[in-house]
Amino acid sequence: MERPAWAPRSIDITVPSVSRIYDYYLGGSHNFEVDREAARKAMTHLPGLPKIMQANRAFMRRAVRHAVGTGIDQFLDIGSGIPTFGNVHEVAQAAHPGARVVYVDHDPVAVAHSNAVLEGNEDADVVAADLRKPQEILSSPQVERLIDLNRPVALLLVAILHFVEDADDPYGAVAQLRDALAPGSLLVLTHASYEGIPLPAERAEGAVDVYKDIRNPLIMRSRDEVARFFEGYDMVEPGLVPMPHWRPESAPEDEDPYAFAGFAGVGIAA
Amino acid sequence: MTAEPGGPEDRLRRFATIWSRAVFPVTSTSLTRPEFEEQLLPLARRLSEILLAHGFDADEARQVGAALIDAHCTDPEALTRTLDCVDAYLVLYCGEDGPQDELRMRSSRIQHAMAAGFAQALRERTLAEQEAIAQAALRAQGVVAQALHASEARFRAVFEGAAIGIGIADLEGNVLQVNGALLRMFGGSEQTLRGRNVMEWTHPEDAPQTWRLYEELVRGEREHYHVEKAFNRSDGTVLWTNLTVSLLRDADGDPQYQLALMEDTTERRLLNLRLRYEATHDALTGLPNRTLFFERLEKALSAGEGQRFGLCYLDLDGFKTVNDSLGHSAGDRLLVEVADRLQSCATAPGEMVARLGGDEFVALTTGPATQREVDDLADRIMNALVTPISIDGRDLMVRGSIGIVEGPAGERTPAEVLRSADITMYRAKSAGGNRSELADPEADARAITRHGLTTALPAALDRNEFFIEYQPLVHLGDGSVRGAEALVRWLHPQHGVLGPDRFIPLAEHTGLIVPLGRWVLEESIRQAREWRERYGEDTAAGPLRINVNLSPCQLSHPGLVQDTVDILERTGVAPDALCLEVTESALIGADDDLLKPLRRLAEMGVDIALDDFGTGYSNLANLRRLPVSILKLDRSFTQSMQQFPADPVDLKIVEGIVTLAHSLDLAVTVEGVETGAQAEQLRILGCDTAQGWYYARPGPPERLHELALVDATG
Repeated sequence: MERPAWAPRSIDITVPSVSRIYDYYLGGSHNFEVDREAARKAMTHLPGLPKIMQANRAFMRRAVRHAVGTGIDQFLDIGSGIPTFGNVHEVAQAAHPGARVVYVDHDPVAVAHSNAVLEGNEDADVVAADLRKPQEILSSPQVERLIDLNRPVALLLVAILHFVEDADDPYGAVAQLRDALAPGSLLVLTHASYEGIPLPAERAEGAVDVYKDIRNPLIMRSRDEVARFFEGYDMVEPGLVPMPHWRPESAPEDEDPYAFAGFAGVGIAA
Repeated sequence: MTAEPGGPEDRLRRFATIWSRAVFPVTSTSLTRPEFEEQLLPLARRLSEILLAHGFDADEARQVGAALIDAHCTDPEALTRTLDCVDAYLVLYCGEDGPQDELRMRSSRIQHAMAAGFAQALRERTLAEQEAIAQAALRAQGVVAQALHASEARFRAVFEGAAIGIGIADLEGNVLQVNGALLRMFGGSEQTLRGRNVMEWTHPEDAPQTWRLYEELVRGEREHYHVEKAFNRSDGTVLWTNLTVSLLRDADGDPQYQLALMEDTTERRLLNLRLRYEATHDALTGLPNRTLFFERLEKALSAGEGQRFGLCYLDLDGFKTVNDSLGHSAGDRLLVEVADRLQSCATAPGEMVARLGGDEFVALTTGPATQREVDDLADRIMNALVTPISIDGRDLMVRGSIGIVEGPAGERTPAEVLRSADITMYRAKSAGGNRSELADPEADARAITRHGLTTALPAALDRNEFFIEYQPLVHLGDGSVRGAEALVRWLHPQHGVLGPDRFIPLAEHTGLIVPLGRWVLEESIRQAREWRERYGEDTAAGPLRINVNLSPCQLSHPGLVQDTVDILERTGVAPDALCLEVTESALIGADDDLLKPLRRLAEMGVDIALDDFGTGYSNLANLRRLPVSILKLDRSFTQSMQQFPADPVDLKIVEGIVTLAHSLDLAVTVEGVETGAQAEQLRILGCDTAQGWYYARPGPPERLHELALVDATG
């Protein structure tokens, strides 16, 4: 059938994607020139962006291992993006063979790539859905197949909530997910903030503007605002802290100064 | 392997530590540095083996370079730092005691091979990842296209299956797509609609705002609008729609297309028009009915300055007779014919004819010159009725009475205008019919008051608003008071005291005259008895008598004799104390049936006076048959005697009447005596009794006592 002239094209690789920009920060080549251009532009304002991403990955790795340590073997990673390396399923399944992982992203390219990476992995799958519509995630066939919501789940919201504007009610979405999870579930969360960036906020704003320009605004939140996402959870030691301070496995002093930007924390559902 | 301090294994590990410290800051691994060092340790061991081997294994060195890529050291800086590290420390920590020059040369070759291996691996990884992401993008597009296809298929089904017409046009108005329902509405093929421009679809009945809303929408200033709109179909017929147009914007919010949803309301509109027609037209004649007429009249009356209206209110004369004698079917046909003729009288713009109901029609003319036009209109109507109407082979003469109202707009309400027309029409009718009358505010006011009095009459009787005044009757021979005429008055709460001429005709008309007349009779006779009780037979000329007027209606009322007898008996008053006055006109052509009650009363001893004698063209010969004992001469005969000398002709007439009356054994009473000369003259002429202002005006009963007493003592 002929496509009606007014139907919008859904995939536009001429528009930068935060998933592919993230991949570029992590040294990957799963990206296009538009993505690299945006990333380079953001890095002119915040040169340490790759280090922040790296710290995110390192925190996630420690948190997943912590989750496995508490006996959790199912993981729901929302905003998983392009899985370059050191992904949740790699870390989790290495620590606990048979651990089940469901990735969620609303970027169709990221989802398609994840599908390719996960091919042949019976215990991991990906859902094309949006954090802003938690019920679509929870009722997806992949979640129904792999995740038993009656047992504790590790919910990963790593470097995603700062892409949800207040108008889209991120707190409501997080609360809906919490309500669906069994007691003992973990919320693993990182969030961008002007706090902890080794630059004046005015300079960091340049990077924020880049995200605004690609129509994927980056919402910087204060520590208190980030802490509110943990409503209904008890904070796991050491609480909501800069990423390198969360259960470090090597001396935080060795970390790059940019790694301390933003906050990370793990909560356990009561 | 053991790592004894200073031993080869310990030295290898120290090399790996230095290497990992150098490279870790420029990797993007998520491992910790110690973990990263663990990854480098086997690579360090392989480098050490290549360094110490007999022959140089370049391939092995290339693989170590490539392994850096696998450890996610993709930044070229990682290679630089690696090569620096190998250059400075490999021979130092892993060279053992071999010949330094050879070892340094071997280290150099290792670095070259590692660099090549690194570059090769980076290139392959980059290409693989580029390929992977491109494939992913392609697959994602496929998935999206599939989803879009599915949603499009659903949309297409809705689009095609919708009962509502759907069309899409660009912002220049070019029609891009239309669905089947819309095609069916327009009755054309897709070719006739696609590619056309919506701006071509103007229609004379477009509401003024229609195209302004359109412009606002395509300019992006309005999201949607809703109008009722007509379209011309290619076959010349008109399509009426409820049209909703919405603006479609792209993801950036820029206006892209306009979406029109339309519902065919042609049938509904026709039905509405028909219902409206039926609600506003008379089913029998097809003329506009009262509703539509009032709408038009209202419009005419609210027109601007300088605008006038003229109204002819027509009621057929004697239409009831046609219905009664020829049947309703004939009556209906007559009305249809009249309607047709009337319609042809009002064909100019601003003119209309309507049927208000029954045989009542109205013709309306509007404009600045209705003063002249309305008379012409009335004339045309009268002329239109001149030719007899043939019904069932009979030629029926149709006559009508027209009330005409004409005036400027903006002064009166439709109800007021119609009432004035109605009153005026009745005036024409009571003037004999077959004529038109022009409305006159005074006549209207009288009619309106009359109407008010008529409706107030019954309650007035209950509330005792009536009272009686008495005017003495004086004997001309000796000047003695012989009795009095009872004259009823109405003390109206608003209008004050009203004379009988104001309300007796109304009471006649409504039948209230019977109870009112009975009350007057009873009250007067009771008064007569009172006089008798107080004065007995003291007056010079015997007991005082009472004259009471009888209206024609009372005359024919079957209870007259019985009522009178009852009252006389109840009050104990002798019949000869009562005189009933009947107008001459009431007795014209009276048959025996009508005269019988009067005869009976006369036989009982009640006097009957013939009132207003001389005005009713009565047959003098007829006087013999009437049970009358008194003639009351109308005041018109005596008026000229107020002056001196009196009109000799009048003198002769009065003299003649008196002679005639006396010869028939009738007494003569004269009314309206106002001067002594007049009284004297009448006495000379032989009249018996008189009443008038010369003696006394009508007054309360006490006044009569006084007069009678004066008379008695004087």
